[in-house]
Amino acid sequence: MSSSDGLVGRTAVELAELVRRGDVSAVEVTDAHLARIEALDADVHSFLCVGGDVARAAAADVDAARARREDLGPLAGVPVAVKDMFCTTDLPTTAGSRILEGWRPPYDSTAVARLRAAGAVVIGKTNLDEFAMGSSTENSGYFPTANPWDLGRVPGGSSGGSAAAVAARFAPLALGTDTGGSIRQPAALCGVVGMRPTYGRVSRYGIVAYASSLDQAGPFATTVTDTALLLETIWGHDPMDSTSIPAAPEPALARLEDGVEGLRVGVVRELTEVEGIQPEVRAAVDSARNLYEKAGASVEVVSVPSVEYGLSAYYIIAPAEASSNLARYDGVRYGLRAEARGSGGVPRKDSEVAAMNAATREAGFGTEVKRRIMLGTYALSAGYYDAYYGQAQRVRTLIIRDFARAYERFDVLLAPTSPTTAFELGAKTSDPLAMYLSDVCTIPTNLTGACAISVPAGLDAAGLPIGVQVLAPALGEAVLLRAARALEVGFAFAGVPKLGEEAAP
Amino acid sequence: MSLTDWETVIGLEVHCELATETKLFCGCPNDFGRSPNTNVCPVCLGLPGSLPVLNERAVEFALRVGEALHCDVPEESIFHRKNYFYPDMPKNYQVSQYDEPICGNGWLTVPLPDGAARRIGIERAHLEEDAGKNSHVGGGSGGRVHGADHSLIDYNRAGVPLLEIVSKPDLRSPEEARSYVAELRGVLEAIGVSDVKMEEGSLRVDANISLRPAGSEKLGTRTEIKNMNSLRSLTHALEYEAERQAEVLEAGDAIIQETRHWDEEAGRTYSLRSKEESHDYRYFPEPDLVPVVPSAEWRDRVRAAMPELPSARKARLIESWGISDTDASVLVSTPGLADYAEAAVGAAANGSGRDVTNWVTGDLLAHLKESGAAPADLPLAPAGMAELLKLVGDGTLSRPLAKEVLSAALSGEEGGSPAAIVAARGLAQVSDEGALAAAVQAVLDAHPAEVDRYRTGEDKDRKKLRGFFMGKVMAETKGRGNPQVLNRLLDAALPTGP
Repeated sequence: MSSSDGLVGRTAVELAELVRRGDVSAVEVTDAHLARIEALDADVHSFLCVGGDVARAAAADVDAARARREDLGPLAGVPVAVKDMFCTTDLPTTAGSRILEGWRPPYDSTAVARLRAAGAVVIGKTNLDEFAMGSSTENSGYFPTANPWDLGRVPGGSSGGSAAAVAARFAPLALGTDTGGSIRQPAALCGVVGMRPTYGRVSRYGIVAYASSLDQAGPFATTVTDTALLLETIWGHDPMDSTSIPAAPEPALARLEDGVEGLRVGVVRELTEVEGIQPEVRAAVDSARNLYEKAGASVEVVSVPSVEYGLSAYYIIAPAEASSNLARYDGVRYGLRAEARGSGGVPRKDSEVAAMNAATREAGFGTEVKRRIMLGTYALSAGYYDAYYGQAQRVRTLIIRDFARAYERFDVLLAPTSPTTAFELGAKTSDPLAMYLSDVCTIPTNLTGACAISVPAGLDAAGLPIGVQVLAPALGEAVLLRAARALEVGFAFAGVPKLGEEAAP
Repeated sequence: MSLTDWETVIGLEVHCELATETKLFCGCPNDFGRSPNTNVCPVCLGLPGSLPVLNERAVEFALRVGEALHCDVPEESIFHRKNYFYPDMPKNYQVSQYDEPICGNGWLTVPLPDGAARRIGIERAHLEEDAGKNSHVGGGSGGRVHGADHSLIDYNRAGVPLLEIVSKPDLRSPEEARSYVAELRGVLEAIGVSDVKMEEGSLRVDANISLRPAGSEKLGTRTEIKNMNSLRSLTHALEYEAERQAEVLEAGDAIIQETRHWDEEAGRTYSLRSKEESHDYRYFPEPDLVPVVPSAEWRDRVRAAMPELPSARKARLIESWGISDTDASVLVSTPGLADYAEAAVGAAANGSGRDVTNWVTGDLLAHLKESGAAPADLPLAPAGMAELLKLVGDGTLSRPLAKEVLSAALSGEEGGSPAAIVAARGLAQVSDEGALAAAVQAVLDAHPAEVDRYRTGEDKDRKKLRGFFMGKVMAETKGRGNPQVLNRLLDAALPTGP
């Protein structure tokens, strides 16, 4: 295959097979994707940092290994875009924040190390809301990312760069993190598949922490099969993460095509009837329901009453943990250090370290990050702890109990991913509460620690992608992916956004 | 009122560095003396994305302490984050145990200065990570932060495992506090969890102290005293602080609840800035760690493997060696000393416990105090001590000569071997009667006037003169003459009276 044009837009499974067979080199695959990024990312802004020579060198290593007839990994030569929350030794890691501008970690996150071991090529680091705090990628400390389907709209967030990169076919696969919906919501808004695995399924080691008890890494892809392939590459126990699940996961990829005959599906009433839901999104959930029934599953509506408190609980727990996790960015050891200035803006030579800490954090953190640090600091303060953090943890327990009850009757649950399709850039930046509401359907899974996936279900009247969400209990990745695959077959969504010359009328 | 009208109430927080191979949450070696910031990794530096993994050995050490101090060990304990900004803390929070510690509610029987023993309550013992170390440089600051040009931070110590053992406010005097720490130190040493060196900071003691009118049940306002680096400075600091508080109270003023720093050189405590006192640490459960749930089997194993504790060892030594309570206390409360003595007794003849104790708690202990050495590091090994005893026992060395040999052995002469020192210095005691009799005769011949006065003198003078002759004979034999033999020969050679 000499033309690189045929290499973009292919799935990871296809690319890995082409490289394995020797039909193309890994360097050709990488070059083709780098060329597309070069040509079109100026419109999308999905990458904070493009791998370039570093990616080519990784691809060349794969080709050399093939030339030596070594066994190639399952993702050999496949480009993967990585959210800039994952530590990488060869590319800067910023978490989308100015406070970490230019920081080069001395170690790889476990997920990235496993990608590399599988032969994948890290093609670049993608944009995000600063420290993953946001639902539109507009809170990036660098620049906002556009939705490839409509450059005037947001890609969702916080993993908006990864979702947009996969939608724009800059890479067939991407890594994201999902603390309150940060993989699933942008996947829905960008028309790709995005999955949040069970808490502890993918190691958090080397992922910049936002809210430790809710953070979980997961895959983006254009197909459910590619999603499963990427998941199986990065999942599994990691002794470097105490919260990592020790038991080996049940294989998911091998059971993907087993169908949903006899599967019990519950439609979560409270999430489907959520306030402000776009009628087309609700219609998509109904379509999903019909597809399941046609495929032999049984579907019923189920009530999970406590989910309505999920958003409130989340916005106590996540900021509380964040206020502590982000305390380390103080200008002492790495990242930005701002000089404390006295009156007249003159640097204070005698400044105490506390003044330097404050100046650094003032200069380095964005508005939303500061807002959450203050919220979380308040929620943990003496005299307020029990009323806020304690209460939120009790709500969390309640939601876990309600879901456990639902899973006594159902194998998987069905819900919208986001109440609406992509909104316009700037539409919600001045109203944090409206922004927070776009995660109302995804947050319950983070609170329970279970797994869920967003699958493209078609386009709305404005031509914007709609996602539906399938939820499964903790450790239920295999049944979750099998159920998602059935929807993928049913919806048969094949839309690709048009960019650059493709978009010309 | 004077100090005697006040009752002193003291509670101690003892921070014990656990002697694990690696740090509390990462694989970095738990050792000291490396160049600054070389014994670090992403975890103990708190780099973005790093996560802690609990060191099981540290948990096991905490379980041993729980066992030794008769603590309740709950089935599950958890870690919290203690949040505050300080440059030596890589994450700006310390991972520590808070309201669910690994050990709660226990006691330690402490021998008190008046000879009695009392149970001192243990409030809790909890695991936590140590911070790095600041040094403040320049500006004539004398190493203090105020006035320094800049500060340097060494994170090698960050993440070293600490066990903080908190006593109940059951101690009633600085001397009791000292006895408590000495006893606790002995326990920690015996169970092998720490090298318990106060001077090197592996055992750090903070004290809470308050006064109340004698007979009152209500606790007074306390101050917390820091920076006491030895048992001696603990006693001095608490004595100073008790007097200071008594003066404040007697002047009708109130004690300010604050942290005070002990200044060893000035011999006083001084207030640290009190505005830093009202910290809100915003404790919350550490989400990066899972609960500590030691299995019943594990705890049984720890219990079964508990070594003999100092109190039991002391009773055994008193019983089997016939030594005094005081000597036994010195042996078990001085780090390494009882081990040394037992090893020496093991290498020596039966029934030598008392003799070994005399040497070890006498000249050898004096040497340890003066040199700061640990018994295990002495050039004179326990076997050498046994050898010295043998040389005394078989008459090769007199007691004064043995002291000389001991001193030489302790300073490393002849590799610390008493026999080699005796040979090299030609110190062996002379017991040969012919040689000694000649020496006696030579002295008497050289001092006819004194011999004459001896013959005619009163008993008092005779006694004095006899001492004079003995001294001369000893000098004649260069101190090596067997005193018993010499005594006999001298008595035989001196005239019997007028």
